[in-house]
Amino acid sequence: MLDLKGYGPELLDGAVVTIELAFLSLALALTLGLIGASSKLSGNRLAKAIATFYTTVVRGIPDLVMMLLFYYGGQVTVNMLSDWIWEAYEIDFFFQFDPFISGVVTIGLIFGAYMTETFRGAFLAVETGQIEAARAYGFTRWHTFRRVMFPQMLRHALPGIGNNWQVLLKTTALVSIIGLTDMVRVAEEAAKAERMPFHFFIPVAAVYLILTAGSELFIKWLNKRANVGVVQGS
Amino acid sequence: MADQAPLICRDIHKTFGKLEVLKGVSLETRKGDVVSLIGSSGSGKSTFLRCINLLETPTSGDIIVHGDPIRFTTNRKGDRVPADNKQVEQIRSKLSMVFQSFNLWSHMTVLENIIEAPVNVLKVAKKEAIERAEAYLQKVGIYERKDYYPAQMSGGQQQRAAIARALAMEPEVMLFDEPTSALDPELVGEVLRVMHSLAEEGRTMIVVTHEMAFARDVSTQVLFLHQGVIEEQGSPQKVFDNPDSERMKQFLAPKF
Repeated sequence: MLDLKGYGPELLDGAVVTIELAFLSLALALTLGLIGASSKLSGNRLAKAIATFYTTVVRGIPDLVMMLLFYYGGQVTVNMLSDWIWEAYEIDFFFQFDPFISGVVTIGLIFGAYMTETFRGAFLAVETGQIEAARAYGFTRWHTFRRVMFPQMLRHALPGIGNNWQVLLKTTALVSIIGLTDMVRVAEEAAKAERMPFHFFIPVAAVYLILTAGSELFIKWLNKRANVGVVQGS
Repeated sequence: MADQAPLICRDIHKTFGKLEVLKGVSLETRKGDVVSLIGSSGSGKSTFLRCINLLETPTSGDIIVHGDPIRFTTNRKGDRVPADNKQVEQIRSKLSMVFQSFNLWSHMTVLENIIEAPVNVLKVAKKEAIERAEAYLQKVGIYERKDYYPAQMSGGQQQRAAIARALAMEPEVMLFDEPTSALDPELVGEVLRVMHSLAEEGRTMIVVTHEMAFARDVSTQVLFLHQGVIEEQGSPQKVFDNPDSERMKQFLAPKF
């Protein structure tokens, strides 16, 4: 049996942090992606400009820099704001930036930008005839979206979502630098203390691999469901 | 009220940018009319059909569906738009359309395609919608394919399913936009036969078509469009056998 030198429970807690972080970031990224794609495809020029600014900036900055900027920069901003509010109104506004929430927000923001592009492409890939038929039969806009646009868009989006999800899952490892005790940070401390890098990092690598391989199977299954009615090329 | 015209179009104009595609087209139907719209590509016949159910908004002109005139307004950009989306949705549910490329919803089975609009737009109970759908599938001869997805069927079967979808709305008027143009020649007949039987039942139909034999044999009224205007209009006998317009004579002349 694998001997984790007493670090087992801590590593397990770390793995739970990693998984929670990944799923919450995914939820945020999917939401931002749908909003971003809708904005980019809307006729509203302001919405389009904001979404384009968002994806350009976020995709153009390294994840690590974003993470540091958001966490340390966010705390400095809160400090400054709370000083100013205290002096002006004597209201105590100060709070400590939580690394878990910062992590979720940063990763969600980063992958929201990638999801925006995934969803945008997927919406554009839906044949116009499908939407036209819905309109011609008196569907409301919402009904057209829910029953025709969304399910057909999903077919085109799922492979991209799966891809983004795998990268997102691995990106969660970055949160250890803003002091969050995820699986990677526990392993790093343990490996340093025990001078046994392989002993701790290989199990961590294995956990990531199990998670990514597992999600790949799940995405495959989702894909099959979404593509019902599509004749596959041989 | 029983004899009210199912559809009246008055002086429909449609401009795309600087191009005027329709230059005042009018049409009045009686119940049971089969109107064929013929003409070469680019004559505006499909655009006219798409104006009727507002897939395109006419630049000017009136559309009156069963006594109910469609209300228009002008948006901020100065374009004419329908004033009331609810009215548009309601009118569309009375004018079901059959498309050139079928446009069956590809993620739904044939049966799901047919009950979708009756259940969600007309608010028919699901059980009743299914019974109705099955009856129409029998009628178009593809009942045994009801659980297939569109991609698993031939073009002719898909188009017949699309006709069943249109019938299930029990519409005032059925609009056909070149329903056989995307089909292999050997599949055209099965779709035309279904349309023939619908005409015999007295359903009001407006058909954009290149099938001259169909237009001649089935129509009560033929409209020949050329460059956005009606060049020739009347009974099939008149339009085909004794046209006044030079264009119509050229259009009918043997091409080889």
